[in-house]
Amino acid sequence: MDFTIILQAGIASGTVLLFATIGELFSERAGVLNLGVEGMMLIGAMSAFSTTIATGNPWLGVLAAMFVAGLLSQVHAFIVITLQADQVVSGLSLTFLGTGISLVLGEGLSKAGTVSLLPNFSIPLLSLIPVLGKIFFTSQSVLVYIGYLLVPLSWYYINHTRPGLHLRAVGEYPSATDALGINVFRMRYFYVFVGGMLAGLAGATISLAVSPGWFSELTTGGQGWIAIGLVIFAQWDPIRAAVGAYAFGALRRLILDIQGPLLLLGFANPFYYNPYLGFFLQMLPYLFTVVVLVIGSREAMRKRIGAPAALGNPYIRGERGK
Amino acid sequence: MTEQPSSTSETPLIVEMRKIVKRFPGVLANDHVDFKLLHGEIHGLLGENGAGKSTLMNVLAGLYRQEAGTIFVNGEPKVFSSPRDAIKAGIGMVHQHFMLVPSQTVTENILLGLDEPHFFLRLPEYDSKVAELGERFGLKVDPRAKIWQLSVGEQQRVEILKMLYRGVDVLIMDEPTAVLAPQEIEGLFVTLRAMIAQGKSVIFISHKLHEVSTIADHVSVLRRGVCTASGVPSKGVSRQELARLMVGREVVFSLDKKPSNPQSVVLEVDDIYAENDKGLPALRGVSLNVRAGEIVGVAGVAGNGQSEISQVISGMRQCKQGQVLLNGDKVSNRTTLFGIQHGMAYVPEDRTHVGSAPNLSITDNVIMKNYRKPPISNNGLLDMKAATKLANELKLAYDIIVPNVSTPVRLLSGGNLQRVILAREISGLPAFMVAVQPTRGLDVGAIEGVQRLLLAQREAGAAVLLISEELEELLSLSDRIYVIYEGKIMGEVKVGGSDTDERLVDVIGQMMTGTPLDQIQKEGAVA
Amino acid sequence: MAESTSIKQKMPFRIRIEPRLSEPPAWYPALVSFGALIVALILGGILITLAGGDALRSYQHIAKASFGDIGVLSDTIVKATPIILAALACSVAFRMKLWNIGAEGQFIMGAFGASAIVLAPVLPADTSRWIFIPVMMLAGMVAGAIWGFIPGYLKAKFNVNEIISTLMLNYVAVAWVNFWIFGVWTEGGFQMTPKFPNGASLPRLLELSKTFPAVRGLTTHFGLLIGIVAAIVLWFIIFRSRWGYEIRLIGDNPQAAKYAGINITQNTIWVMMLSGALAGLGGMSEIAGVVHRLQTAPIAAGYGFTGIIVAWLAKLNPIVIIFVSILFGALILAGREIQPSGVPKMIQGIILVCLIASDFLLRYRIIISRGEE
Repeated sequence: MDFTIILQAGIASGTVLLFATIGELFSERAGVLNLGVEGMMLIGAMSAFSTTIATGNPWLGVLAAMFVAGLLSQVHAFIVITLQADQVVSGLSLTFLGTGISLVLGEGLSKAGTVSLLPNFSIPLLSLIPVLGKIFFTSQSVLVYIGYLLVPLSWYYINHTRPGLHLRAVGEYPSATDALGINVFRMRYFYVFVGGMLAGLAGATISLAVSPGWFSELTTGGQGWIAIGLVIFAQWDPIRAAVGAYAFGALRRLILDIQGPLLLLGFANPFYYNPYLGFFLQMLPYLFTVVVLVIGSREAMRKRIGAPAALGNPYIRGERGK
Repeated sequence: MTEQPSSTSETPLIVEMRKIVKRFPGVLANDHVDFKLLHGEIHGLLGENGAGKSTLMNVLAGLYRQEAGTIFVNGEPKVFSSPRDAIKAGIGMVHQHFMLVPSQTVTENILLGLDEPHFFLRLPEYDSKVAELGERFGLKVDPRAKIWQLSVGEQQRVEILKMLYRGVDVLIMDEPTAVLAPQEIEGLFVTLRAMIAQGKSVIFISHKLHEVSTIADHVSVLRRGVCTASGVPSKGVSRQELARLMVGREVVFSLDKKPSNPQSVVLEVDDIYAENDKGLPALRGVSLNVRAGEIVGVAGVAGNGQSEISQVISGMRQCKQGQVLLNGDKVSNRTTLFGIQHGMAYVPEDRTHVGSAPNLSITDNVIMKNYRKPPISNNGLLDMKAATKLANELKLAYDIIVPNVSTPVRLLSGGNLQRVILAREISGLPAFMVAVQPTRGLDVGAIEGVQRLLLAQREAGAAVLLISEELEELLSLSDRIYVIYEGKIMGEVKVGGSDTDERLVDVIGQMMTGTPLDQIQKEGAVA
Repeated sequence: MAESTSIKQKMPFRIRIEPRLSEPPAWYPALVSFGALIVALILGGILITLAGGDALRSYQHIAKASFGDIGVLSDTIVKATPIILAALACSVAFRMKLWNIGAEGQFIMGAFGASAIVLAPVLPADTSRWIFIPVMMLAGMVAGAIWGFIPGYLKAKFNVNEIISTLMLNYVAVAWVNFWIFGVWTEGGFQMTPKFPNGASLPRLLELSKTFPAVRGLTTHFGLLIGIVAAIVLWFIIFRSRWGYEIRLIGDNPQAAKYAGINITQNTIWVMMLSGALAGLGGMSEIAGVVHRLQTAPIAAGYGFTGIIVAWLAKLNPIVIIFVSILFGALILAGREIQPSGVPKMIQGIILVCLIASDFLLRYRIIISRGEE
């Protein structure tokens, strides 16, 4: 087992979680909880794959994924922002909807064979750095590098720009921003759309880069939900989100690789000799998410900080206070 | 109805509102109201809770859109579709409940919603701009402080700065003194006069007669959505007359209160230390007691520990030190159930979010305290017939006006909801009751009803702790008043003793701003 | 009071949206839900057509294949039975605003628990039905309750978001059960366990065909009775018991419940366990009534998720759940033959979306008035 390979693959796999997590982070920062990430990722993955097959251009596939998932997110946006319905149930139904639609429209896609993928490349000087260069900058998909850029850009946007100031305020105290002339509804619609686009991008990353193809519901395998948990772990900060996403990516790869070799750390590899133990390995990412949630929640309780104050509540104009 | 102000015809009209009509579902908040503001004046807008003053000003500030009527600014008709439009026209509002984002800094809050800076926040640059502005108007505040770190008075200054930064000429202050102590109010008045000197005009919304007559040049009065006085010079009309215009009848400032005959101590609060939700100390050694057959008031500016002490007493909050004894039994740091079982009644300040379950029926709400025992429940099963019967009995006894008791309580008016809560608490014949802001937001009739119920409890021999921000209410209902300031009791005064009302208000006011009683008495003795 | 919003001044009439001040008449919510259902079916039809299917024929097929004759009606009920229990599980948790998305996992663990009685074995294969079935029911409920306890405890003690924790446990449950099916109890290397002995199966209507020839071939099993009894019992608990009152109060206003002296932490755990137990009972019913062996695909078929929608559609009322479950049983049964295969899931999603959107009409009125006022 080569750890650098595991980490390298982990970065690639983690990029999927990264996009989804940062997308949901934006949405939640604006005060809207969107539990439909899994559905949006699936529809993004399917759209990316089918568009690439139809046009032969994976970049069009990426754009299609972002657009379609963004569109789906607007259904949720309309229901919770304009109709002021419960955000939890609406998000869940969005998952059903996205999953269902992608299954219906993606019927037969899995038999479509291979498709041109997004380019993989290495970054010239940086890939020569020992160890780190191999992991981060060698033979990674272009989407991975886009992910690297997304993290600091998101962080800077949220904390050091005027629109970022407004975003934070809308999620904390929407009536204050409303009174100052900021259109709370429009901002929330926008950031839900951003969340949808990034979730679609995450889906495209799966079907066009990390695990190319379309495998119905197995394509995402619950990563959308893991992303939502990661947002809490990240305490709504893009940099922590990146740490969590890449760590999880590495974990998933580790689980796959650990079943291969005959010897594990010098001992007979139990996973090699009894392949059914692999099922316990499959549990790990999900159990880890729960652990991560516990850590994140305890921290929030301790530091008395946490979610954006208005998260989960519809904004109704005319009510005094929050 | 008195008409035009008697100032010189050269003083221009900076704002005029003509025949404003504003409706909400089920209520006509503004009924063809006229309003005029002269340049460079402080204009008081007087009225009770619910008279329509805030609504009218919200229309002027662009938060609401009126159904009919026109707004003129400097003679030009204006249509505001958002607060932004109003601010552009030079009108800004400082709300009663501050619209400040607690986790952000002063400067960030001030910059919120503006087009400058365009993209990159260059906070240090704007910090100094804010500091400059503060200097000019005498509103000192640290631009880099986060809002949650500031005192209430400082937060109000930030709100004012927010408007001044945007270059407003007309400042609307909505009940600005509701959260200030008497001495801080004086500071606010100084600030307002400074702004007038700099060429601004101020509209001062309040339900407090004496304040408005002190600070305002002219007064307008609203009653139940109708304008009963417009632009009356404040020096030219008596307080009684203003009160009558506000309320429509002679205001009776005292209730029929029999002399007190307190018995043994029922509630003893002993040196309580407790923290608030943010983990900061809210109570720092509070001690008080309440005897059977008396009403004890707790006065103080909001936010000095009143909520926390009522929560510790009722069992909703843990205390770090000290104890609360109810007829000798320790009820602090025990479950609320323990307190309930030992005769505790609690009328919380938040009727909808703590005191009731909005989507459940009246029946479900009134059995909240006694559902564990027969006749409401037997062996774990609820007897809904008995519950409904009880609810109907209480509906009659407490005058709850509603078609039937299965109505969800969120549809009730504030007054009716408070009656439901009181019915629930009082019908259990409690030994002790703590009521927090029980008349807040109620109309005059409901207020009277609640106050009578409290007095009736006192007659019946219960011990009542009344926590209120309305000093008048405390003075008319209480036998003794404690004053709380920054989590400590500053002193205790007896009502109905030798001190005149004015002397009491003066002493209480000093305690509300941090002077302990013994110091006041010492100074009194010297003077 | 919320501001009423005006739309479009250009039209000859004005549409205004106002919050309701009084309760709409009792039949209104049902009408709105029904209307939402119709809209959902129309939208679903459009999407089916876009995907190349024939919408009208699909729906006709669904109706015929589920209610066409007594045989298919019985099959519909068989499909509805696990849904009833899963929906009951979701409804009790939702009443306390505990978003139990893990009914799926609890269902699976219930099936596992019941199977363990047979496969471990805990009871010998020739045990009589009268012992096997109650023990299996108990095992299913206990296993489901444990699976509900975990997220309940995490929420109560650490305020861990139960949506994600229950969901994660769904995946863990699948992996767990797979391990036992593939690795321990496998039958000849196939992806299933040996078939259960007769004692370990729930009685079916067709077993009475000697006495009542009419029920020949009907696969409706005892699980239906379990489901109906559970629904009635749950109704009593929620609306006629002290505990139910506490659950409703917590769900409506936790602060008020705290004030009334109700222990929210304990109730979180108990309610999650009850929810898990009900779902687990559903798993047991499916295993013992239909599949008769432990096999992943039939028990991880999404009943837990369908239960969420059914509970919401039935407005959390246990008795209404029974009928809505039958409707969805029809959808699943007939939907299996519809191309494309993702249709039932998609329709479920659309129904849920339309339902939630329609709630708006219950809180606001739309007023159309002519011209300016």
